[in-house]
Amino acid sequence: MLNSKTEVLQGTLDLLVLKTLDSMGPIHGFGIALRIQQVSDDLLQINQGTLYPALLRLEQRGWISSKWGISENNRKAKFYSLTRTGRRQLGEEAEEWGRMSAMINRVLKTS
Amino acid sequence: MRELLRTFFLRLTSLFRRRHHDDDLTAEMNSHLQMAVDLNLRKGMSAENARRKALVDFGGIENTKELYRDQRGLPILETALQDIRFGFRMLRRSPGFSLLAILCLTVAIGANAAVFSWIEGILFRPFPAVAHQERMVALAGTARGVPGYTDISWPDFLDYQKNSRLIESFIVDRITGTSLSIGDRAERAIGSIVSANYFEALGVHPILGRGFLPEENFGRNAHPVTVISYRTWKDRYGGDPAIIGREQYLNGVQHTVIGVAPEGFDGTFVGYAFQFWVPLSMQETFSTPYKLEDRGARWIEGFAILKPGVSRQRAQQEVSALSQQLENTYPATNRGSGVKLMPLWETPFNQANTLLPTLEIALVVVIFVLLIACANVSNLLLVRSFARRQEMTIRLAIGAGRGRLLRQLLTEGLILSSFAAAGGLLFARWFRNALVLFFPPLPSGIIINLPGKLDWRVLALSAGVCIFSTLLFALFPAMQASKIDLATALKSESGGVVGGSRRARFRSTLVLIQVALSFVLLVGTVLLMKSAQGIENASPGFSTDGVLTSSVDLFAAGYDKVRAKNFRDQLIDRVQTLPGIQSAAFSQSLPFSYNGYFSSPVSVIGYVPAPDEDPEVEFNAVSPGYFSTVGIPLVSGREFTGVDDEKSVPVAIVNETMAAKFWPGRNPVGDHFKAKDQSLLVVGVAKNSKYGTIRENPEPFYYIALRQNVSVNGPLYLRTSLSPAAIAPILAREIRTIDPGLAPMETITMRQQIDRRSYTQKLAVALLGVFGGMALLLAAIGLYSVMSYAVSQSKRELGLRMALGAEASDLLRLVMSQGLALTAIGIILGAIASLALTRLIGNLLFNVSPRDPLAFASAFAVMAAVSVLASFVPAWRASRTDPVRTLRE
Repeated sequence: MLNSKTEVLQGTLDLLVLKTLDSMGPIHGFGIALRIQQVSDDLLQINQGTLYPALLRLEQRGWISSKWGISENNRKAKFYSLTRTGRRQLGEEAEEWGRMSAMINRVLKTS
Repeated sequence: MRELLRTFFLRLTSLFRRRHHDDDLTAEMNSHLQMAVDLNLRKGMSAENARRKALVDFGGIENTKELYRDQRGLPILETALQDIRFGFRMLRRSPGFSLLAILCLTVAIGANAAVFSWIEGILFRPFPAVAHQERMVALAGTARGVPGYTDISWPDFLDYQKNSRLIESFIVDRITGTSLSIGDRAERAIGSIVSANYFEALGVHPILGRGFLPEENFGRNAHPVTVISYRTWKDRYGGDPAIIGREQYLNGVQHTVIGVAPEGFDGTFVGYAFQFWVPLSMQETFSTPYKLEDRGARWIEGFAILKPGVSRQRAQQEVSALSQQLENTYPATNRGSGVKLMPLWETPFNQANTLLPTLEIALVVVIFVLLIACANVSNLLLVRSFARRQEMTIRLAIGAGRGRLLRQLLTEGLILSSFAAAGGLLFARWFRNALVLFFPPLPSGIIINLPGKLDWRVLALSAGVCIFSTLLFALFPAMQASKIDLATALKSESGGVVGGSRRARFRSTLVLIQVALSFVLLVGTVLLMKSAQGIENASPGFSTDGVLTSSVDLFAAGYDKVRAKNFRDQLIDRVQTLPGIQSAAFSQSLPFSYNGYFSSPVSVIGYVPAPDEDPEVEFNAVSPGYFSTVGIPLVSGREFTGVDDEKSVPVAIVNETMAAKFWPGRNPVGDHFKAKDQSLLVVGVAKNSKYGTIRENPEPFYYIALRQNVSVNGPLYLRTSLSPAAIAPILAREIRTIDPGLAPMETITMRQQIDRRSYTQKLAVALLGVFGGMALLLAAIGLYSVMSYAVSQSKRELGLRMALGAEASDLLRLVMSQGLALTAIGIILGAIASLALTRLIGNLLFNVSPRDPLAFASAFAVMAAVSVLASFVPAWRASRTDPVRTLRE
């Protein structure tokens, strides 16, 4: 890898967000951004702003829902949580991702 | 799929809550940044650094908002909404332009919608209020070796009904007529002999009383019952709530009114509204002789309703197979006879056939009108796009894409045409009813009934026309506008009167097209007008204005032949002594009537027919004095007289064509010929006249003596200098003196009688006249706008010319010649197009060549006059140019 920080692959952001929500429970956008950076040991770099169109997209599809609430530091913030379809979708997407990466790994090893 | 729909719906609804969503997003982003700053502060950064770090981590705020908005809404729709809002603002800013453009398009789209609705009505939904029209086909009988169509016999009909498995129901619908005498008013009424399943099969439920019962199909004259139409109930019976059970004489038989059909149901006949229906068992009462048990008596017309999912072709195969079986079982009566199923609009038994060619012409004409209107609006848009160059240039300069500009201009066009389409539909609503006004007068009591509604088909077509015309009129100006060259845009471009930019050339082309199209319409209108006049002026071979005709429905009053003959003798005696009446006569059939004549096979000793010829000649039975009263000269021999009665030898008078055909080179007077089984002595030869239509070719025809061949009914003729209005009350009085129970039908001149037969031509003339007038007006507006625009754009040049010594008259001539040159080229193109197109109306023309020079000359004159007028005003304005002022500007 040339860069220590990797750009998020198109489409994988959704998966990351869903997974974060799955493990963290209801959480606001800033929290999601922090968590993704933390878990990836700061290797994944995302413009925190790009998170919001993604969150909107997921909400439009009915995979997550949002409502305003109060953060741990007493700030007004919008909290996102996984819906039932969202959880199912996460399973499917994770599986798909596993298949995909396994396949790519195989290709890289054989050639 | 559900997700996609959900997303789309959310994005769509978000368009209407933009403000709310924007606030929400801003709040959320603020809270994000706030928390980031909090965290950074807790990590020990300075306030300034904490904020900077938070912003850097977040990325571009405005950028994020843009991305978020694109995800939230539907960007394409949003810009479209923007375009529409902006378009409205632009159109409001130049209301004169908008109004003119919308008006031009309204007229054109309205005319199109009206004509579509007529054609659509006749083609697809000819019978309002009837369920399952799409499964309905018309029935006609066929006979091998005989062109055209015949009818079907009742026994055959029953067999088809019994044995067909693909056809849901067979319906008898045989047009008939009677006089409907209520109080002292007698009027012709059109009705139908129908099978008992008629109302049920059509899904039409009487609003009062009942329809017919199955047993009412059977028994000779056993069921004198009738269902009347809603209109008849309202108009003739005053909406009497106790109508059921009332007795009414129809063709001399007392019928009981058992039902009233619902409003809007006028029967199943394109052209006339039916007023009553009687069941099949009453056939003999309405068309003697009795035919219900005779397999050889073909008289039935009607419809079949196919079972769902059955195609006409499949049903036809089945019916043809059944015909073959019938032919095998009953060779004596059914050899070569069959039944054809055809689409409703192809039925030979109603007016659809005669109306369609006229409507086809109307369609071509309204499309011309649409093209001309589009050319006009295109022109106006070009003028405006020139005025909006500044705006366009700026928009391009600050980075608008040309595609976006194009879309903006097309949107504006679409707004115009949408308004016009809405207006056009209103206009069409009014206009399609106005068509009836152009119909010639019909016998009183007969109601014109044209199907067609402004339904979704018409709406869809109008929308299509709207989009099509937008592309037509807005695309080129829009392309021109978006092609602005930024470099030269600042230089003022002023096309000279003589010189011409691309745009000026395009505008001139538009005018050329308009002039050419209008010219074609003018030629067509003049041709049809000339032909209508030709019909008007053509001599039918008998007197038209000094002869009146009327009739008394003796059949309906229950007269037999003997009483009818006595009544006629008495009436003639009384009427002939009245002042102002020179002579009076009766006949069996009325010339120029839809009913036509009886015909009979004839044989003449010495005449050998060609192998495939079966000479059959039409005839009329006439009373003594018929020829002198009606005004048909005899070329030899004598008229029928009072002595030619049942006791003397049967006599006939033949026309010139018959004489020439059967007795070539000889005078037939004194010779005999055989008509059917009767031997007739020729006592005279009458001059040829027209019998059915003005346009017919001379055919053999003969007359027999009414006194030797008595019929119950027949028209009366009066030779008089008095008007129909003056005669009618006198006639009514004389008839009442003989029999107080009788009333005459309306009295008309023979000229009126002829006119009623040529209404297709009149309709075509009226339609072409109206639409042609519209086209001419639109073309004049186009020419005028182009010329005045050219003048306003070349003020500078005109001023310069004047400063250099040109006289006002020179400028007038310069501008006029420009306008006239355009017209001249347009007329030449139009003339070429006309030569090719007028042939299409050839079959509507009478005694006029499609290339009639007079038609071309008068179209030329009108077009030239209009264009002189349209270019004179701008030219006159040009000649008043003030050189000092224009050069200083």
